[in-house]
Amino acid sequence: MAEPALGVAGLVKSFGALKATDGVDLQLNAGEIHALIGPNGAGKSTLIGQIAGTLRPDRGEIRLYGRDVTHLDASGRSRLGVARTFQVSSLVDEFSALRNVMLAVQGRSRTSYRFIRNVMNDRTLVDPAREALDRVGLSKRADVPASELSHGERRQLEIAVALALGPKVFLLDEPMAGMGPDGSRALTGFLHRLREEAPILLVEHDMDAVFALADRVSVLVYGRVVASGTVDEIRNDPVVREAYLGEPAA
Amino acid sequence: MGASMPVSREAVVSLTLILALLAGALIAQASGETFYVTLATRIAILALAATGLNLALGLGGLVSFGHAAFFGIGGYACGILAIHAYNGEPMILGLPGTQTMPVIWLAALVASGLVAVAIGALSLRTSGVYFIMITLAFAQMIYYFAISWPAYGGEDGLSIFVRDNFPGVNTLKPLPFFLICFALLAAGLFFFGLVRDSRFGAALQAARQNPVRVAALGMAPFRIRLVAFVLSAMMTGVAGALYVDLNRFVSPSMLSWQMSGELIVLVVLGGTGRLAGPLAGAALYVLFEFLLGGMTERWQFFLGLILLLVVLFARGGVVGLLAGRARHG
Amino acid sequence: MQIDLLIEQVLNGVQFGVMLFLMAAGLTLIFGVMGLINLAHGSLYMVGAFACAAVAAATGSFWLGLVASLAAAAAAGAIVEVVVVRRLYKRDHLDQVLATFALILIFSEGTRWLFGSSPLYLNIPGALSGAVSLPGDLDYSLYRLFIIIVGMAVAAGLYFLIAHTRLGMRIRAGESDREMIAALGVDITTLYTLVFALGAALAGLAGAMVGALQSVQVGMGEPVLILAFVVVVIGGIGSIKGALIGAVLVGVIDTLGRFLLPAALHLFLPASQAASIGGSIASMLIYVFMALVLVVRPQGLFSANA
Repeated sequence: MAEPALGVAGLVKSFGALKATDGVDLQLNAGEIHALIGPNGAGKSTLIGQIAGTLRPDRGEIRLYGRDVTHLDASGRSRLGVARTFQVSSLVDEFSALRNVMLAVQGRSRTSYRFIRNVMNDRTLVDPAREALDRVGLSKRADVPASELSHGERRQLEIAVALALGPKVFLLDEPMAGMGPDGSRALTGFLHRLREEAPILLVEHDMDAVFALADRVSVLVYGRVVASGTVDEIRNDPVVREAYLGEPAA
Repeated sequence: MGASMPVSREAVVSLTLILALLAGALIAQASGETFYVTLATRIAILALAATGLNLALGLGGLVSFGHAAFFGIGGYACGILAIHAYNGEPMILGLPGTQTMPVIWLAALVASGLVAVAIGALSLRTSGVYFIMITLAFAQMIYYFAISWPAYGGEDGLSIFVRDNFPGVNTLKPLPFFLICFALLAAGLFFFGLVRDSRFGAALQAARQNPVRVAALGMAPFRIRLVAFVLSAMMTGVAGALYVDLNRFVSPSMLSWQMSGELIVLVVLGGTGRLAGPLAGAALYVLFEFLLGGMTERWQFFLGLILLLVVLFARGGVVGLLAGRARHG
Repeated sequence: MQIDLLIEQVLNGVQFGVMLFLMAAGLTLIFGVMGLINLAHGSLYMVGAFACAAVAAATGSFWLGLVASLAAAAAAGAIVEVVVVRRLYKRDHLDQVLATFALILIFSEGTRWLFGSSPLYLNIPGALSGAVSLPGDLDYSLYRLFIIIVGMAVAAGLYFLIAHTRLGMRIRAGESDREMIAALGVDITTLYTLVFALGAALAGLAGAMVGALQSVQVGMGEPVLILAFVVVVIGGIGSIKGALIGAVLVGVIDTLGRFLLPAALHLFLPASQAASIGGSIASMLIYVFMALVLVVRPQGLFSANA
């Protein structure tokens, strides 16, 4: 069997006495959507942060297509093909939507140390950026500063920025959060196709979306993976129903 | 493309300010008031120094309270080369001094750039108030070093007696020297504009607003900031060399914390991050010093009051007032 | 080399460090509680020195001068906080730097206006002049010893204040969560003014005590302020303990460096060269130390929020 796209082994991260990540093993295979669910405070975002490289784990190992990337920082992992979206949209607020995506194109092509050419006249940046905006349906808002976009538009822009990185792995941290039913449905359809470009590790609270999209689901509680399996296995797992879904077996 | 229209208003303001400086010097020369030519030269040099700082402070959000270090190092590079050429004594490694401006500028560029690599690599490990205090502290270190090192005048400073020369130009006359400084300022502003609109500038400005996002896009904020810091220091260093040629004198006061503070004042007074901000700030500052200084010995007291009022109640600086808020494509 | 001389230099270093601590403690408290970088802290040091010198000259009593320095610096601090500084808490660091830089200009020129440009002199009080015999046949300046003792007492007092009093509890709560403490009904505005005035009083005390060792003049505060910044960088923002240890380290390293380096270089250089080169290098020593701390622990040795 081929190397998993993303392999996490024995990951531990403590904040003082609190073990936010407590020995997590996780695999994301090519072509799949692996959903990570769990109650608030289970350590999902902390885990995403460690995989993306913004947080340093205390112990454990992170591999990207077999390559150990544990020692790399966020920018190094991004260059190797990890694209993440943030739970709370994190954009360059003074920049227009288009320039936010152009920045991703520039980051991907590793051409940030060019000092002469005006970026707005640079079709090698503008064209791919417009294409990514187009794919998420944000073309009409290209010239609006990120700070003036609506909440839902900022979520879309996050996705467009991730697309423009042309990554080998997507880490999506609650992309549906606050999107409303129509937005969620549209995004669900979009992510369904996106997995063919690169596998997705999806943190999501919207269970309809998770059950519609995920090939596999892992359940995180108090920093531990308490269950992992297909959607049906997770749906019917009594431990999960009690610990997370919070309902007695119906 | 909605990007081109709002930019042009700032361009008009910038161009007007630059031409006003040139016109001011030419008119002063024509009416025989060479003192005002010297005043315009001082504005051009301080504007160049502050444009350097504007690269780090305005675009990168790096509040360096130590840019006097680079201004002074450029100044000492000029003073040391000139005095060795004047005395005919070789420097260390048997290198000769020189009184040729372009060579001196190159030396100022290299010297301030090298020191900036060291200071930047250390101080950019931190951010916020730490960065402010550390840059201030390292500049103070160089200040004390200059005071205690006796070879080049120590506390008393160093006179270079004769202004350095530029091939084909009589630098001893005020107007030609002004034109040299003006040309370097124009080049500095042009470079600033290029950088601001370039890929590097995009990364730098983004790193100011959201370094976590920039790192997530595969760009290391530390390295981007370090490069910006070094470029910024080099420009300020060249201005320091010109300043010494203007005064024919270099002293540790060029390295002092007051000088660092003044450079920040120039940038903010004019408009942080704006192309012509430092020029507007320098013009205002020099004119203020000249006019108010003519009226009262205590002009700095009033400068302090005005500065306080500007910070508390009038943000955006002169260029912000004239050209509206900054727009980013 | 005489061991006595070395011990004397170490004590001088501690005295210098204690004085830096009085400055750094106020700076780090104000950073920690209000998140403000205050460049005008050196001006408050100067205010203390001038108040002490002026009152001592008028009344003939150093002690009244010392009381006046505390009162004047605290009052100046409170006024500055109410009129200017409280508008800056929510501003970015650049605005804070500029506004407090403007305050330096106002304070410096204002003081020149009031007192003229020539320095004032402040004598060591009679009761503290002369030397005291320390164990091991060592004579040491009584006044410098007094500064060390006052500084240590202030350190102990600050520790008690922050660890064991209601005010200290509020300060600690303010550091960790401003909204929370405001929600608890504590008058945060008054608390901030108090903290700022306390920091100012400590700076004023330092200025007054040092004023008797050096001349009292405009511009005396800023070099000390910058050294206090070095102390805060080394000790870690918001940590009183870090400020104390950092200050004593800086004081001792600086003083011993100036004493030992020229002597060490004299072993293989002629005396005049050893003195000048040694002096130049010694002047950079504490900054090199700061650079080392930055490499090993960028957040400082005792950062409160490490």
